[in-house]
Amino acid sequence: MRLQAVDVRLAYGDRVVVDGLDLGIEAGTVTTIIGPNGCGKSTLLRALGRLLKPAGGEVLLDGKRIDKLPTREVARVLGVLPQSPTAPEGLTVADLVARGRHPHQTWYRQWSSDDESAVADALSMTGLSDLADRPLDELSGGQRQRAWISMALAQGTDLLLLDEPTTFLDLAHQVEVLELVRHLHSSLERTVVMVLHDLNLAARYADRLVAMRSGHIIAAGTPHEVLTEELLASVFDLDAKVIADPVAGTPLVVPIGTRHGSPPASPA
Amino acid sequence: MRFRVRPRAVIACVTGSIALLLLMALNIRIGDIPMSLGEVLRGVIEGDFVVMELRLPRALTGALVGAALAMAGGITQSIARNPLASPEILGVTTGASVMVVAGIVASGSVYGGASGLLLSLGIPVLALLGGLLGAALVYSLAWRRGLDGYRLVLVGIGVAAVFTNVKYWLLTVGDVNDTTRAMVWISGSLHGRGWEHVLPVFLALAVLVPVALAATRTLDALRFADDTAMSLGVRLNPARAGMILLAVGLAAVATASAGPIAFVALASPQIALRLTGSGRPPLLTSAIVGAVLVAAADLIARTAFAPVELPVGIVTAVLGAPYLIYLLIRLRRGTRT
Repeated sequence: MRLQAVDVRLAYGDRVVVDGLDLGIEAGTVTTIIGPNGCGKSTLLRALGRLLKPAGGEVLLDGKRIDKLPTREVARVLGVLPQSPTAPEGLTVADLVARGRHPHQTWYRQWSSDDESAVADALSMTGLSDLADRPLDELSGGQRQRAWISMALAQGTDLLLLDEPTTFLDLAHQVEVLELVRHLHSSLERTVVMVLHDLNLAARYADRLVAMRSGHIIAAGTPHEVLTEELLASVFDLDAKVIADPVAGTPLVVPIGTRHGSPPASPA
Repeated sequence: MRFRVRPRAVIACVTGSIALLLLMALNIRIGDIPMSLGEVLRGVIEGDFVVMELRLPRALTGALVGAALAMAGGITQSIARNPLASPEILGVTTGASVMVVAGIVASGSVYGGASGLLLSLGIPVLALLGGLLGAALVYSLAWRRGLDGYRLVLVGIGVAAVFTNVKYWLLTVGDVNDTTRAMVWISGSLHGRGWEHVLPVFLALAVLVPVALAATRTLDALRFADDTAMSLGVRLNPARAGMILLAVGLAAVATASAGPIAFVALASPQIALRLTGSGRPPLLTSAIVGAVLVAAADLIARTAFAPVELPVGIVTAVLGAPYLIYLLIRLRRGTRT
């Protein structure tokens, strides 16, 4: 297990979002967490990325408690891309990506040839080399998201946590981002955990799906195992047909309507 | 130290340094005995009394104070993630003003023996003390299980408003002669500054500038939202506290030497940012811009209404007001996108 949550309890102040949750992430897999709004999936991702300290239980990185490890050391192994991240005004793409090198730098060596080549590689991998000197604010949503992923790549971590990397993107750009993720996984053997809203894309691009509701994991496994009509009813209160995706063969969710009589997922 | 070198930043620093030297020379020319630039140069080389003892210290104080204020401003703006932030919101300048005014007013008439000594020796010490106390107050009020840039700005504005009113109240109860002296100091003035004013700022800069440069990458990371900075391996609270301490130190020492010179800390980092096009206030370029601004403002202060000399802080305030309005308009536009 690369990354593991053991009996974690996650809370913002007094409000408990997740309680008694266990989850293991195996090396070299793409895991996608799905679930209705407010189910605690982003909170879980933040805890896995040591951005939120658990109120109980522990998060283990390669078997060691992540909150006991120096944060800089963690940052060389684990990269987190927060949901809709914001950058300082006027920052260029190259500047943003260069910031990803932070955990590899020291106060006396704030830039090196290693940094230079890591940034160049990250830019070319995300197809942004030509846009390197453009201010981030001038890019389209898809390009901007690629720039952030590029920053996470420059960080050179083999574990990547992505919180809704496709939010606000049109379908073509969503597919583009997810194909980049798949490339990272298949060619570079990175381990990826992400939160996604689109179930069909989640099914197509993940090895493993984790379905959450109200702070609990309801099901975890391959997309075929998890994305069933019964699960959609219990997790999303959704009546749907699940058919085979004619392109990839993965489960494809065709909604019928929301279920009547059952309570909606608790908003939070 | 090794940095990522940007051609534009190098050009800005070199051009700025040349402009600074020229402005300082022009400043040294002025006085009861006007000099040519050649005479100024010869005076510096040969150690001429008028140049070395009377005029150079003033020019140097101005340049160093400008540099220190500008760096403090650059650091504060990065921490607060706000181009409108300046060391004033850290409580430094307003704290120093209250303390100095209180000291002058409390010690009685300017011409009394004790206050004479206080005026020559005590004011920088009072200012330093007041600046540090003001910063400590803002910091402790803004701290709540961590430090949030937005809360820091709000608390800072509130504390500054209270301090400013205490200062005005002290001015109304004080003796006329004392308050006149106090008014000159709280406008920010370089009048009669000697080597004893140069030395503290020089020493502070000699220690704090390398520290600030060493911390550049951390400051860059802190400009992002908390989650991003944390995922880059920055320990938020220690890093932020260290940076604020740095800014407070720079601003307090500068204020102790020349009084609270307005707008330099606010404008210099933003000018430097636009000169270098780097998307963040570059510290070294900011420092040079700050030095140039104060040197230029002092030149205007001394020549615009000659033989009457204005406090340099009045000139920077007059120049700074339209700049602030420009910045506000730009920010409003920015928020619409």
